Amino acid sequence: MDVSVPENVMVTKLDSLASWCRKNSLWPMPFATACCGIELMATGASKHDVARFGAEVFRFSPRQCDLMIVAGRVVMKMLPVLQRIWLQMPEPKWCISMGACASTGGVFDTYSVVQGIDRFIPVDMYVPGCPPRPEQLIQAIIDLQDKIQREGTLMGKEFQTEARQRPKRALLDIVTPQSAPRPEPLPIIPNVGV
Amino acid sequence: MDANALKQALQQRFGELAWQYSESRRGERRLVIPAGQLLSYLEFLRSDCGFDALLDITCVDYLHYRGAKDRFGLVYLLGTSTSGERLVLRCYLNEPNLKIASAVPLWEGANWLEREVFDMFGIAFEGHPDLRRVLLPEEFAGFPLRKDYPLRGRGERHNFERISRNQS
Amino acid sequence: MASGLLEPPASAIDQEYRWTLNFGPQHPATHTTLRILLQIEGERVLDARPDIGYLHSGFEKIGEHLNYNQYVTVTDRMNYISPLANNIAWHSAVENLLGIDVPLRCKYIRTILAELARISDHLLCNGACALDTGAFTAFLYAFNQREELYQIFETLCGARFTTSYTRVGGLMYDATPKFIEQVRQFVKNFPKVHADVCRLLNRNRIFVERTKGIGVLTKAEAISRCATGPVARASGVTRDLRKDSPYLAYGDFDFNVICSTDGDCFHRYLVRMDEMLESLRIIEQALENLPPGPVNVPMADRAILPDKSRVYNTIEGLITHFEVVMTNRGFQSPRDECYTAIEAPNGELGFYIVSDGSETAYRARCRPPSFIHFAMFSHLMKGHQVSDIVAVLGSLNVIAAELDR
Repeated sequence: MDVSVPENVMVTKLDSLASWCRKNSLWPMPFATACCGIELMATGASKHDVARFGAEVFRFSPRQCDLMIVAGRVVMKMLPVLQRIWLQMPEPKWCISMGACASTGGVFDTYSVVQGIDRFIPVDMYVPGCPPRPEQLIQAIIDLQDKIQREGTLMGKEFQTEARQRPKRALLDIVTPQSAPRPEPLPIIPNVGV
Repeated sequence: MDANALKQALQQRFGELAWQYSESRRGERRLVIPAGQLLSYLEFLRSDCGFDALLDITCVDYLHYRGAKDRFGLVYLLGTSTSGERLVLRCYLNEPNLKIASAVPLWEGANWLEREVFDMFGIAFEGHPDLRRVLLPEEFAGFPLRKDYPLRGRGERHNFERISRNQS
Repeated sequence: MASGLLEPPASAIDQEYRWTLNFGPQHPATHTTLRILLQIEGERVLDARPDIGYLHSGFEKIGEHLNYNQYVTVTDRMNYISPLANNIAWHSAVENLLGIDVPLRCKYIRTILAELARISDHLLCNGACALDTGAFTAFLYAFNQREELYQIFETLCGARFTTSYTRVGGLMYDATPKFIEQVRQFVKNFPKVHADVCRLLNRNRIFVERTKGIGVLTKAEAISRCATGPVARASGVTRDLRKDSPYLAYGDFDFNVICSTDGDCFHRYLVRMDEMLESLRIIEQALENLPPGPVNVPMADRAILPDKSRVYNTIEGLITHFEVVMTNRGFQSPRDECYTAIEAPNGELGFYIVSDGSETAYRARCRPPSFIHFAMFSHLMKGHQVSDIVAVLGSLNVIAAELDR
């Protein structure tokens, strides 16, 4: 049977329509801690203008955002804040780890810097560079848009697959398992305390 | 104040044996003083010698320094508010007596500088109004800038819960 | 400002409707990661207690593990608004320790760069201060000029702002004619933009009312609280290391030290604005008199890696190269301690280096101006309104990476 539709009607899947809407109106949450934050500002400023890709609405309230851009190193005092902000963001949400420090700790292999935020929160896209140029960040946003279009579903089923749940790092065995008790605090040297 | 006048003034006030004055190759002035008398030296230098600006307080752990006799060296950098003159004041501390008088009564700005030294080296400043850790979290144990603390820490940076996709 | 404003009214102490408000660490006006715990009564701030360390990454501990040339990459990330000033401060300190005197051309180029860094820092500081107090256009103007500066830095060393441009005893590369041409162009164009920003802000009623009389720091307090740089100069302290103990090539140039006596946010802004013009004068003079010659110390000093052409073609060059790069040789440093400071855009940025004779510092202490300036924040905030927080924060120019290191 021949079904004809008028010219201004398009047939598509609901999943694909939802993804199309989502990918073109990403609202970033700039979790800018250090140098990469300056490049993030430059990406939003007039010369590079991330508005061309529909991601210019920087909102500092996590409740309004669906894309977290972690720009800069995250240290152990900051990590609980990062996790809390991530939990406050509504689904569906994505995370870009911008720069070497956020992705791996970068040059800061020290006692206080978290060696890659993907050990503690899920990350969708990594941007290398120290700091990455604005063009690289824009490329990451474009790639993320592709990814959303490719695998996005209306109900967010893509987040529940086996592959997504699997930890990404071979290094993960370094991390203390969740069930293990926190290590005993180190003894404070006597005669020094307040 | 030139070097000779400074030396004379110090001699009159504190006698000759208590302090040592030296100059580096580039003319940097240093003064080594006994830790117990720190506050009176600082007060004297500030009021009578014109060093009215405290530029920095820091500490050096001489644990692995070849030939060092003392464990910690406290460094006070004094300057003047009108010129580029500087004086490096140093005194030494040893375990277990890591206590020294606080300079906050003389300079308000010493507050955070002393807190940082306490945070990083565990040196207690007596008379400090609010001696807490400043950079590291309150529950952090250990003093990271001491030489016996490893660069990569003792696992503190991994000690967090993981959030997976399911939980978020 | 009435002195009564500084003290909370006695009756307020007992009242129960005081609020504790958490400001940061993730907040649009903190720019980076600061946290302030506020005690407020209505809109009035009774107590502002800063809580820092949200970006403490152990810079000083890394300094004990990287050698004098490698550590420059880490100093880039310290005050990332003006990384060149940090590079220069670090290597000035190292050269002071090693007793190296860099060639005149290197000094001139470093002076130009330090002043360009000052302009870029003040642009962002004033632009962001204006942005927070409601003037968005000035921020865009300032940021546009910063893009110009990024391009200059990119021509110079290939990176937009993590420059790592200096080396012990010289520079990574000599400045190219293209760089000099770009700087000339910048010097020519900048006064117009500067005038535009001044026109936008100096008599802008909203901006002036939100900054004038806010966060007043008197001269005595500035000295007692160890302030340096524009913050101290706006309060009437005339200290400027460029004049008081001229380092690099500052002794050769004619420039003024900008001071004010009012010490409020508005005058800190004005001091920064005028300092940019003085920096421009210095750059102009340095460009006019840029001496020819080498930028690095002679190869015989064994402080700097020789040219690749000399490494490949001469035996002395090859030997020197290996002498410098081999881990157990490197350059020899005296067992000594020294403190060297420069007048960075934010204030006195100094490094206290303790050397144990190896090519790695035994202790690399940085005197961070942001840390010392932020310590007086609670003093400056007392008695003001919640909306003044952003003005005071903006005018102190607190950079978290330098604050926490």
